[in-house]
Amino acid sequence: MLKRLASSREALLVAAIGVLLVLISTRFPTFAAPSNLANVFNDTAPLMILAIGQMMVILTRCIDLSVAANLALTGMVVAMLNVAMPGLPIAVTLGLSLALGAVMGMANGLLVWKLDIPPIVVTLGTMTIFRGIIFVISGGDWVNSHEMSAAFKAFPRADLAGLPVLSWIAIAVIAAAGLFMARTALGRAFFAVGGNPNAAVYTGLDVGRSQFWAFTISGALAGLTGYLWVARYAVAYVDIAGGFELEVVAACVIGGISIAGGIGSVGGAVLGALFLGVIKNALPVVNISPFWQLAISGTAILIAVAVNARSTRSKGRIILKRAEQPA
Amino acid sequence: MTTTDRHIPDRLQSPLQTRLKSWETLLLVVAVAIFIANSFASPYFLNAWNLSDATFNFTEKAMIAFAMALLIISGEIDLSVASIIALASTAMGAAVQYGAGTPELIAIGLGVGLLCGAFNGALVTGMGLPSIVVTIGTMSLFRGISYIVLGDQAYGGYPSDFAWFGRGYVWWVISFELVLFAVLAVIYAVILHKTNFGRAIYAIGNNPTGALFSGIRVARIKFILFLLTGLMSGVAAICLTSRLGSTRPSIAFGWELEIVTMVVLGGVSILGGSGSIPGVVIAAFVMGLVTFGLGLLNVPGIVMSIFIGLLLIGVIALPRLWSRMRRA
Repeated sequence: MLKRLASSREALLVAAIGVLLVLISTRFPTFAAPSNLANVFNDTAPLMILAIGQMMVILTRCIDLSVAANLALTGMVVAMLNVAMPGLPIAVTLGLSLALGAVMGMANGLLVWKLDIPPIVVTLGTMTIFRGIIFVISGGDWVNSHEMSAAFKAFPRADLAGLPVLSWIAIAVIAAAGLFMARTALGRAFFAVGGNPNAAVYTGLDVGRSQFWAFTISGALAGLTGYLWVARYAVAYVDIAGGFELEVVAACVIGGISIAGGIGSVGGAVLGALFLGVIKNALPVVNISPFWQLAISGTAILIAVAVNARSTRSKGRIILKRAEQPA
Repeated sequence: MTTTDRHIPDRLQSPLQTRLKSWETLLLVVAVAIFIANSFASPYFLNAWNLSDATFNFTEKAMIAFAMALLIISGEIDLSVASIIALASTAMGAAVQYGAGTPELIAIGLGVGLLCGAFNGALVTGMGLPSIVVTIGTMSLFRGISYIVLGDQAYGGYPSDFAWFGRGYVWWVISFELVLFAVLAVIYAVILHKTNFGRAIYAIGNNPTGALFSGIRVARIKFILFLLTGLMSGVAAICLTSRLGSTRPSIAFGWELEIVTMVVLGGVSILGGSGSIPGVVIAAFVMGLVTFGLGLLNVPGIVMSIFIGLLLIGVIALPRLWSRMRRA
């Protein structure tokens, strides 16, 4: 039990983050102060939420490259809606962003499920389409802070028992996802479908349908993050969160989620995101130019994938033959 | 997972019939249709100089797309190509500050491309890591190094004879880049379709284990393909840097996805094992024509991306929908 715990990816990441924090706090003690750690957590919340959605998609042997574009489109729609109807209750905005994101996720899922188009192709396509649609509906204009209603902007920053609402939403998503993956049939199906699609079919699981729901959940979480992002930074334009999809995939890889499907955990995705978040927030503190961040996260991905490969090797005999690839 | 029923037809289709029904023919029809639609839509379209300018939209990307096609057919992918451009361009820019001349710049551009390709190839084939994750990592790493070196600065001051690669014309409206594109297309078509090496690439893509057991050096060939893709990124970096005359760390940002789109649009299966160079060539023209035609109509670049995205999904979805409807 202890041995298993010590060799698990989660424990490794907790240790890595711990070492990182200790190293930084020896020179800059304020960094490890609880209030600053809460800031780091809050700053990483969007990445954690998206990484959880991405984890489910990757578990089923797919990948969703459209999450950042989905986020940006949903964010733009709710921001423009807020400008047009400042009185709209926040609950409606939240529901709308979830629904809108889910619809975009369903579009991805349907193309993968019903037409059997490889997920990377589908989401590459929808990624550019979503970004294009933002430009079409906004005309390339920005929705600026002063145009948004006070309530719209205040919601993710509102303080609730010492933490901003944004952090609480991330915590809620983590808890819900943990329960969902462990306790529901669909959550277990994600593992089964990715681990061995053929065996999953023989046990009566519909592989395509499971993938469809993974995309839908990933899309809904991206939509939710879209509103939170736009409200937190109080600005919406075409390029928000540009390239963020790769950071999300990076968080998953660092979190030990196997790109080949079937292996991963909510904790891994969250810790992978936090690892990147700590680095991002620590760089300015230790006086390293923020331009280093990209190279550091690239190196982290490479190390993580090398470690992933080592831990998944030598797993005993293969008793079920690999599926014949569809022609 | 879908079950595919494989039946043996009673008689073979004639070669002409197969060719008419091929992906390349469909793409060619699309290209011609776009060409005709464009020439009706804008009076400026049918102008030799305008058309020549339009080729710059795709020549640099297509150079990489050729090597990428081979790589994807073999079942791997390289998402770091645009970052290799950034790193190679940064290296060339840095060399200029130390007084490097054009020959040195070219050697540096190609050398950095090869080194990056070798790095990707070594990680994928040497350590057996999945290429999509490795190259997402090196994509951040390579461009990250450019950002470390340059920050928010830019390199410039390239020698004047260096500009020829991106702006020079060989004859009348035929630019150097267009000639290079054509030459590379022929070279890659020969490699893929006429050599043992090319056959081996298909074999690896269809069944890596089977290929290994039939004596194909799978790892070595994949390594060479990563090298080639890196080299082509270096070539593209030389052309692009020469054309722009300056280097920023954000150079060629997002190109990797456009290049993959070009390859997939060209009929290369993203799962590996099938595809052709003529398909990629036509796909390059289709994307160039769409971008250029819409540009003449003052459609902003970002809106064009909707068309590219729809094209990518549409060309793959429609034949599948069609065959599904016929089966039902």
